[in-house]
Amino acid sequence: MMKTIKAFLVLLCLLPALACAVEAELKLDHAPIDPTDMASLQRGAATFVNYCLNCHSANYMRYNRLQDIGLNEQQIRDNLVFTGVKVGDLMKVAMDPVSAKEWFGTAPPDLTVIARSRSSHAGSGADWLYTYLRTFYRDPSRPSGWNNVVYPNVGMPHVLWQLQGEQVLKEAREQGEGYMRTVQKLALDKPGTLKPNEYDRLVADLVNYMSYMSEPARHQRVVVGLYTLLVIFVLIALAYALKKSFWRDVH
Amino acid sequence: MAEEELDKDKRRFVLTAATVTATGAASVAAAVPFVASMMPSERAKAAGAPVEVDLSKLEPGQKMIVEWRGKPVWIVRRTPDMLKMVKADDERVADPKSESSVQPTYAKNEFRSLKPEYLVLVGICTHLGCSPVDRMAAEPQPFASDWHGGFYCPCHGSLFDLAGRVYKNKPAPDNLTVPPYKFVGDTKLVIGEDTQGA
Amino acid sequence: MAATKKMPVTGAGPFNGILTWVDQRFPLISMWKEHASEYYAPKNFNFWYYFGSLAALVLVIQILTGIFLTMHYKPDAAQAFASVEYIMRDVPWGWLIRYMHSTGASFFFIVVYLHMFRGMMYGSYRTPRELIWIIGMLIYLVLMAEAFFGYLLPWGQMSFWGAQVIVNLFDALPFIGEPLALWIRGDYVVSDATLNRFFSFHVIAIPLVLVGLVGAHIMALHEVGSNNPDGIEIKKNLGPDGHPLDGIPFHPYYTVKDTLGVMVFLAIFAIVMFFMPELGGYFLEYNNFIPADPLKTPPHIAPVWYFTPYYSILRATTDEFMIVLAIAVVAYGILVWRTPAWRKGRLPAVAIVALLVAAFLTIEAKVWGVVFMGVSVMIFFLLPWLDLSPVKSIRYKGSLFKTALGLFVVVFLVLGYYGTQPVTDLGTRISQICTLLYFAFFLLMPWYSRMDRTLPEPARLT
Repeated sequence: MMKTIKAFLVLLCLLPALACAVEAELKLDHAPIDPTDMASLQRGAATFVNYCLNCHSANYMRYNRLQDIGLNEQQIRDNLVFTGVKVGDLMKVAMDPVSAKEWFGTAPPDLTVIARSRSSHAGSGADWLYTYLRTFYRDPSRPSGWNNVVYPNVGMPHVLWQLQGEQVLKEAREQGEGYMRTVQKLALDKPGTLKPNEYDRLVADLVNYMSYMSEPARHQRVVVGLYTLLVIFVLIALAYALKKSFWRDVH
Repeated sequence: MAEEELDKDKRRFVLTAATVTATGAASVAAAVPFVASMMPSERAKAAGAPVEVDLSKLEPGQKMIVEWRGKPVWIVRRTPDMLKMVKADDERVADPKSESSVQPTYAKNEFRSLKPEYLVLVGICTHLGCSPVDRMAAEPQPFASDWHGGFYCPCHGSLFDLAGRVYKNKPAPDNLTVPPYKFVGDTKLVIGEDTQGA
Repeated sequence: MAATKKMPVTGAGPFNGILTWVDQRFPLISMWKEHASEYYAPKNFNFWYYFGSLAALVLVIQILTGIFLTMHYKPDAAQAFASVEYIMRDVPWGWLIRYMHSTGASFFFIVVYLHMFRGMMYGSYRTPRELIWIIGMLIYLVLMAEAFFGYLLPWGQMSFWGAQVIVNLFDALPFIGEPLALWIRGDYVVSDATLNRFFSFHVIAIPLVLVGLVGAHIMALHEVGSNNPDGIEIKKNLGPDGHPLDGIPFHPYYTVKDTLGVMVFLAIFAIVMFFMPELGGYFLEYNNFIPADPLKTPPHIAPVWYFTPYYSILRATTDEFMIVLAIAVVAYGILVWRTPAWRKGRLPAVAIVALLVAAFLTIEAKVWGVVFMGVSVMIFFLLPWLDLSPVKSIRYKGSLFKTALGLFVVVFLVLGYYGTQPVTDLGTRISQICTLLYFAFFLLMPWYSRMDRTLPEPARLT
């Protein structure tokens, strides 16, 4: 009786594993980003300000916070801030949201914490963004003329198309195991001003920046955490010795 | 046996003292972020950022008001006659040399300004915070028959001259505050920032 | 004055004078003696006994961090989300206070569940401690409400839609449902009005209730004295000085031991808070980094992890399942019929079974889902009267009870897991089986706790 029950219990514990097999997961490329690479972050910030802030806002990010990534206020003012905006201001969008909704079907979302919101079991938010920005392809059936593998029927056009070039989705018939199957693959139809590996590098820098922007305090959090743990370990040692000393009476 | 007892008690006392001290120190350290969180945030600091002022439209004898850190800042373009009046006020004011009032070093002078022509003051009475009204013309007033021009605070009657210096025997204790400021070219003023890095 | 006739305080060195002055006007020293230096607790408290003081610690952490968050948070639908990011970025150390509060919320439930489990293992709910258990269960309910109201405040997608779904559950109740939901929301959908009142509940109304309940909980405990892993009453063996032979004064022994517990807990808390505050999306859900959009429902809405076992039970209640439950109720009725001790209850039992079967098969499953979800939480209140074992602690209970409790833990965890996942056929099946086992743990306890082969309880603590 007990054995059956115990066996049943063990089986019960294994059941959750089944759930993973059932879901069809989105495969994301891993974003090759290094959050300590200041040069990469600065390049990413430039790309972000030049290409993304035209339609998207980053309403919770202040320009002068970019001092985190190794720039001083004058550099920020000269290279990253539009005229009329102060360096202590928030990264507001140039476009009017009502017009944006008209043109794109939906207002372009704020990007400040997008890298946190896109995390999932399939990968980090940075992985999602990295894959997303490299899998646009020409699709005449869409209003913008573009579609995306990671985000099907997205309203956003391929803003970086001149850099990447134009991809298309090519169908090919492939030999599977005992059957023929149709596979869709992305192929570069018209090259852009950047070579594929250069474009990947640009996107990686941009995604690195967006990952930083989604939590600027991350680095400080880890550093403070290490010091805090050190202090707590000292306190544990003292508290343990104190406990042992008093409890000698009881044992 | 008794010695062991003593050692044990001593050990306990030392350990307790050490643990209490360490925990106390750690608690103070832990309190720092909470206390610091009440300091002005980046948003408050951005709102309190220096303000640029365009002086090109300010006529001699006129005054303009700008807001800086939520406070009214007066800029008066003083005429040579007004400056003469300031010189004549030394006997009337309580603190002619601005010993106890708040101003940057470059405003601790005869005219309380970087350039005599432009007076920059925080327009808040040093008594209880009302904003004084203009009485810049040197003509007889109900509160003073021989008025040299300046400012009159309606709340409790304090008087200030055309350099912001408080008159003797008035409720206000100090001259009007001069904020940090600097000139950018001849027609632009930045309030809240000066060349000394305020 | 009786107070001034009190003995002056001695032994506190330079503080003797001031302590005597206070003690003559406020029962400071007598409270200290009654609740700390002369409160005798069993000497065999183990790992499971840390969680009470840890729960109190987390309550203090939440209140403290909450006070500071409220200085900067804006309870307005148009500003709430932005104000949280303002705290994370523009407020000095705001990120630390926010993470402490979000991590604390999840840790509160981890600690409380472990604390409750201790009670279930050692029979801490048995007489004369039924009221401590009841107050504790009230704390659990109030804590769930506090967490639910607090979760709306960041005004993210999960916040909004989680609140929308849960308030709509009240809609499902017959007759009173719709006006009730309208009254709770203050609007036709979850909106700014809802946010403002949830803010009021979360920040002041419920914390006051919580603090009061925790005080009552400890007072009730101190009135009868603590239970212990052996489940025997230490007050039965008093020494010549009137104190239990197996007891030790709470201060200094447990103050010192709990200090160690606090430090170890803080280390684990710090590791999560500083290095993985999102904890894979369970402590800070990814979807909540998207501002609430009443027009766009996220693909998967799930409550926060600490509610998921009950959410599973809600979702498992399908029309099919109602038939299974009707059969189960009949079987239960037969069990009651055949139990000699329940002879007198036979007729009422038949009537109730008939009523339930009729209700199960007529009222739609949607309503029953809500009802069972509620019952699955409330049933904990009945434990003191369901456990009829002659012994209190699992140490002396037989394999029936041990299996039942072990199975209950597994079932609770499995239900919790499936509550986080989107609905699948397999998930629903498993949740349904687990729901049956969950209720069986409680409803069959009067029988298996009595049938069980128990060991004799020792006279003194081991």
